[in-house]
Amino acid sequence: MKKLTSRIDKERLLLGIAAPLLAIVAALVITALVILATGKNPGPAFSDMMTYGFASDSQVYILNKATTYYLAGVSVAIGFRMNLFNIGVDGQYRLAAFFAAVLGGALTLPGWLSMLLILICAMATGAVWAAIAGVLKVTRGVSEVISTIMLNSIATAIIGYLLQPGKLAHLYQGGTVVATKPLPSASHFFLINAGPAGELDGFIVIAAIVGIAYWFVLGRTRFGYDLRTVGQSESAATASGVSVKKMVVTSMIISGAAAGLIGMPTLLNESYQFSSDFPTGIAFTGIAIALLGRNNPIGIALGALLWGFLERTTNHLEFQGYDKEILGVIQGVIVLCVVIAYEVVRRYGLKRQQQKVGAELAAQAAAPTKKLEVA
Amino acid sequence: MKILYGMQQPDEGTITIDGERAVLNNPGDAIALGIGMVHQHFMLADNLTVLENVVLGAEKLHGIGGRARAKIKEISDAYGLNVRPDVLVEELGVADRQRVEILKVLYRGARTLILDEPTAVLVPQEVDALFDNLRELKAEGLTVIFISHKLGEVLSVADEITVIRRGTTVGTAEPASTTPRQLAEMMVGSELPTPETEESTVTDVPMLTIEGLHLGQTDLDGIERVILDKVSLTIHKGEVLGIAGVEGNGQSELVEAIMGMRHPDAGTITLDGADISQRATRQRREAGIGYIPEDRHRHGLLLEAPLWENRILGHVTEKPNSRGFLLDNKAARADTERIVASYDVRTPGIDVTAASLSGGNQQKLIVGREMSHAPKLLIAAHPTRGVDVGAQAAIWDHIREARREGLAVLLISADLDELIGLSDTLRVMYRGRLVADADPATITPEELGSAMTGAATGHLEHAEDDAR
Repeated sequence: MKKLTSRIDKERLLLGIAAPLLAIVAALVITALVILATGKNPGPAFSDMMTYGFASDSQVYILNKATTYYLAGVSVAIGFRMNLFNIGVDGQYRLAAFFAAVLGGALTLPGWLSMLLILICAMATGAVWAAIAGVLKVTRGVSEVISTIMLNSIATAIIGYLLQPGKLAHLYQGGTVVATKPLPSASHFFLINAGPAGELDGFIVIAAIVGIAYWFVLGRTRFGYDLRTVGQSESAATASGVSVKKMVVTSMIISGAAAGLIGMPTLLNESYQFSSDFPTGIAFTGIAIALLGRNNPIGIALGALLWGFLERTTNHLEFQGYDKEILGVIQGVIVLCVVIAYEVVRRYGLKRQQQKVGAELAAQAAAPTKKLEVA
Repeated sequence: MKILYGMQQPDEGTITIDGERAVLNNPGDAIALGIGMVHQHFMLADNLTVLENVVLGAEKLHGIGGRARAKIKEISDAYGLNVRPDVLVEELGVADRQRVEILKVLYRGARTLILDEPTAVLVPQEVDALFDNLRELKAEGLTVIFISHKLGEVLSVADEITVIRRGTTVGTAEPASTTPRQLAEMMVGSELPTPETEESTVTDVPMLTIEGLHLGQTDLDGIERVILDKVSLTIHKGEVLGIAGVEGNGQSELVEAIMGMRHPDAGTITLDGADISQRATRQRREAGIGYIPEDRHRHGLLLEAPLWENRILGHVTEKPNSRGFLLDNKAARADTERIVASYDVRTPGIDVTAASLSGGNQQKLIVGREMSHAPKLLIAAHPTRGVDVGAQAAIWDHIREARREGLAVLLISADLDELIGLSDTLRVMYRGRLVADADPATITPEELGSAMTGAATGHLEHAEDDAR
């Protein structure tokens, strides 16, 4: 009995790894075909990606990118575990970063205190913005997909309105850049010196803490169990005593608070101010990464690293005479393959398990048992 | 059954239809060959009308408009199914839904009908009506495969009986020359258990008291439908109170009101002296309510989660599942092993998903889970529906055991033999009201059945004197 349990476990693990691997291999094959179709040789392209991607300065770049992407992936994954599609992560993090930057620029407190306040402000802004969608869903039945998309646009408008000279922004660099007041250098987050390769964002530590918290809360706490239950079956959750409505709002708030952190590596480690060219659209990357990582904290980390790697290396391909649009192709194909591969593997796994249970029980029945079948 | 409907592929063996070898790769193939299936768990979209449900996937046959409606009317009248095409499925009771399912299959031109436990939801009178329908279908040359755990029904309706146990055919029988007992012995491989309780354990200490429960629902037309009307009942320690009734007369809502999943407009619920009317579902569970839901897939299990996570479901705040705010996965796993062993859940391990177990084993797991938290009140809604005979006997034993230990048990069932056999007190529910009560020691299923259709009210006496 024990042996069989462990075998099923091992198999499940294998199946879990099989899906993303299958997807990436399929994506590489399709990409190779696309490069071939443009009349170029994919071989050197891939080998250039490998050598360039594993250079030490690339590694630092990739880790820095992945930090942001990881936070985005986790925020989206929190919603996914609840069966909520929080597309609004994008608006949540931009609004959060904006207000955090305004607050940070205005503060003249000791560094650690103002950094703490900046983080709290960012998480609170994200949470409030996400909570709007959650409350709308439970009180008015508005689909969170629709409301968060709209909230994204509203966030863009709000930022556009406030990010003007005379409102909450100023002109910098000889009047060419509109941005919030820069953070005082005391509130800059620490950087890890990686020698000639550059500097690693200290925020990677926070990202790791968020990942551990995500794993711990979901897998090891009562609250996490309730959240997963709602994600798997709302009716069973209700019958088990979980208030689904409360859970929807709560998880939206948590997802939004995590989303608030997405802009922080950029703000606290790189730009130190919110300008009109603050990165946008990271949340959509986060959706792809959450899918790729199967909402698993380690999976999301691998997905984030892969995304960073692809961005870094395909940029470099341009100098080798390849089209840089190849990045979009690879990413798109990976996401598609991932979705397909997961479903295929999931069905295969379920079927296999059912067969196994059947076979096992048949074997039990066939063996002469001392136990009477029916009392 | 799933293989015959093309939902699963056989490893070996052949299927022959009308003298021709058939390969069924999907339900579409099966439908094309005239095989129609009425599932035990209905496959209807609640938010569509009957008409829409029937034409769904078969739009090409008679369109989706007037012609389809006419065809539905025609089939409905021909077999006396009494289906109204424009009603929303969510407003229908379970028996009506089943008729829609049968009609759906006939609409697709099925020549071979598979009925999976079709009578589980019907009262005796309705079962007779269904059997008349089936005989009519048979007379017109259709083939019916009737799958049931109820021996009497199989014997009365079938022309030939095949007994399957654990995936193999154990024998065939002629209904004319077979007694129920012989058939049952073929099914279980041993003596047939009957649901009979021993001497009464009823005390006079009330455990659950319900006073004047009222629940109304306003439908889309703004008309208020009364779902529960002045329901009052008391269950004492050591008492099994059975509620009989055709499904859709408020039993599910009564259970959900007791569980706190629905909020009644008026009335109080008292458990062991404490008013729990205003408490949330979780607090009620913690107060000692064990719940075996009528639809285990929707309310009792996380199908894609492993067994040990299912063991936590509904009791996440209680030991051994958690300590403080943290889950205690290790203790929960150990306790799952215990439940699997002592409730005879047949599974290769506790890491398999709940979906891969058979219905009977899923139900035994649920019973084990609910009995593991020292409940004061056990709500058992259709505890043996869709469960094999062996598991049925085990579940009956557990309910009797619960009663002996002084639990109050609220038993809701469509199986009248089960109700009469297990209950100490019987109440009949009709259109949201408790209209009749009866003594299970003397009442017959037929007499109970007439009260379930609203024909009789008050205290039901066994009609011995005037009948004979």
